[in-house]
Amino acid sequence: MDTLLQQLINGLTLGAVYALVALGYTMVYGIIGLINFAHGEVVMIGTMVAFTVIVSLAGSGMPPLLILGIGLLVAVVACMVLGWGLERVAYRPLRHAPRLTPLITAIGMSIVLQNVAMIIWGRNYITFPPMIDKQIYEFGGASFTNVQVAIVVLAALVMIGLTYLVQRTRMGMAMRATAQNQHVALLMGVDINRVIAMAFIIGSALGALAGCMVGSYYEIAHYQMGFMLGLKAFTAAVLGGIGNMAGAMAGGLLLGIIEALGAGYIGDLTGNFLGSHYQDIFAFMVLIIVLMFRPSGLFGERTGDRA
Amino acid sequence: MKDARIPGVLIVLAASVAMIGCGKKEEPKAAAPAPAPAAAPAPAPKPEMVVKIGHVAPLTGPIAHLGKDNENGARLAVDDANAKKLEIDGKVVKFELLGEDDQADPKTGTVVAQKLVDAKVAGVVGHLNSGTTIPASAIYNQAGLPQISPSATNPKYTQQGFNTTFRVMANDIQQGSVVGSYAVKDMGAKKVAIIDDRTAYGQGLADEVEKAAKAAGANIVAREFTTDKATDFKAILTKIKAKNPDVIFLGGMDAIGGPMLKQIKELGIKAKFTTGDGGCSPELIKLAGAASEGVICTQAGLPVDKLPNGQKFVEDFTKKYGQIQIYSPYSYDAVMVLVDAMKRANSADPVKYLPEVGKTSYDGVTGKVEFDEKGDIKNGAITVFEIKDGKLVTLKSEGGTVAAAAAPAAAPAAAPEAKK
Repeated sequence: MDTLLQQLINGLTLGAVYALVALGYTMVYGIIGLINFAHGEVVMIGTMVAFTVIVSLAGSGMPPLLILGIGLLVAVVACMVLGWGLERVAYRPLRHAPRLTPLITAIGMSIVLQNVAMIIWGRNYITFPPMIDKQIYEFGGASFTNVQVAIVVLAALVMIGLTYLVQRTRMGMAMRATAQNQHVALLMGVDINRVIAMAFIIGSALGALAGCMVGSYYEIAHYQMGFMLGLKAFTAAVLGGIGNMAGAMAGGLLLGIIEALGAGYIGDLTGNFLGSHYQDIFAFMVLIIVLMFRPSGLFGERTGDRA
Repeated sequence: MKDARIPGVLIVLAASVAMIGCGKKEEPKAAAPAPAPAAAPAPAPKPEMVVKIGHVAPLTGPIAHLGKDNENGARLAVDDANAKKLEIDGKVVKFELLGEDDQADPKTGTVVAQKLVDAKVAGVVGHLNSGTTIPASAIYNQAGLPQISPSATNPKYTQQGFNTTFRVMANDIQQGSVVGSYAVKDMGAKKVAIIDDRTAYGQGLADEVEKAAKAAGANIVAREFTTDKATDFKAILTKIKAKNPDVIFLGGMDAIGGPMLKQIKELGIKAKFTTGDGGCSPELIKLAGAASEGVICTQAGLPVDKLPNGQKFVEDFTKKYGQIQIYSPYSYDAVMVLVDAMKRANSADPVKYLPEVGKTSYDGVTGKVEFDEKGDIKNGAITVFEIKDGKLVTLKSEGGTVAAAAAPAAAPAAAPEAKK
């Protein structure tokens, strides 16, 4: 029982990060139908920028939490600029091109960003300085740290805030309108260029936040870290129904928990016939089964209401 | 309608991107061929000959720091060999190192191997990983090129019946039996949990450790798996925690060992952590920080700074390239063994000097290098380290031959408990 609880805690933390990254994919897809494969790299750049800021401030004598806050802030701003730049340079000129063209461009941008990061931050693993003094708590035989609590709470707050933004503000209304029909939204006086740029900017800000979480959780960063994370988050978005925000959140959490439980129990369930190296297969199997019965994902029934 | 089908298609696309993504990033530098005037003996009035030596290791990806370390070791050897102005067949030899990046990926490994063969190198030092070394060795063998791996420890590498495969460090059978019996006999482990990263190295070593630990009377309570690119190990560690082992062994590299150690601590696991040569590096200490205290790890070979020739190497290397990771002394020796064989054969033609490689008896910076009939190093040493106060401290060494002349001075320092 305590093992199950521990696996759920592991999965929840991982899932919260997946969910935040998945939101970045889903917002962009919801509005312009593009899978922004460079999003994982935006997350990575966020981690790296935060790392640089934190390291350069580490000796200044400021309180660690303030340093972490500044690092996070700079990373978020840097990623917002990066997200805006990506949209402006790589995707906007291709907005009316066939669907595959921007997709390939996205893959290209992903490789470019990885290599740029390798040039700037080097090819070695970077130790992310632990700014939060890790406390380990025990609960029912399972242990978790204050960092994990912070990740889950922060992710929940951000998701609530984002839901409010999309459902209750003028910007959110413009986003939903653009998602439903770009041309009609344009005719109604919505500045769709601005709305699309906003989707990239907000998605990238969430990515930066997720990157800082990953950095503080695992305490390492690497220029290729965004790739697998991005792929998992994309899977989470598809699982929940890509284009649907609630779907991305649910998909992320679900994928995190499935992965943890898969690695923890697949061996026992199959009498050690399948070991923990099948954990990713387990996650993708669930995805395939879901897609067989609900081809547009768990929450993806109404394609009109995508943002 | 249209939207409903796209995600499924994209997953497939994403998966193929995953492969392309891993396989296509090449360092621009690695691709640049050396501006060699001529590979063959130049008919210039002043007799000079350029001999190209290939070197392959991952220069990108999670263990790029180890790859660069290997390459730097080989570069230092080439510089030292050039400084000696060796004469072979009446010509002054200028050695050139062609460094390639195999990204620790077996597929890329064979591609760059072919590239080196096409570039007409005289011999190859590499690759770093067993997983890349083994498939590439078939290509070198076909071309008749001697290949010396400074770090591939999987036994299969030299068991393929090739006369071109050599290695300058002990293999996993030797290492695994030392780790396994050390865990049980010296650390008193009764329950052992084993994790490997599913690479040829990690899996091979983990299997040997499992055998040795079982033979010494321990119980293997868990056998878990991860990948060489993973960062989250909490799920498998949680499972291991429930089995309450005394010792955890990781067959994998430092890049995953670092974060794994931190997560072990976070989960409150009390077991001692052990790993093989891939995790026995300063990088592990850097990545794991305080969590690396008390880690027991092994390296194939004797501790370099304790060897008579090693001291100079450590000085030269640190001055030029900074901290030694793990294998750079071995890649240095591997290059020197090739050079030595060429000297004895008085030829840089692989056909002529290959037989001499097998007859090597060379006092290297890592100890005496002699090969058995398979190309494995004779009497390969294994050294057990413990991480104390952020440093690798030698606990004991097994096997290994120190250069005869300096043996009396070095032996007591290098192997205080060698009798064991």
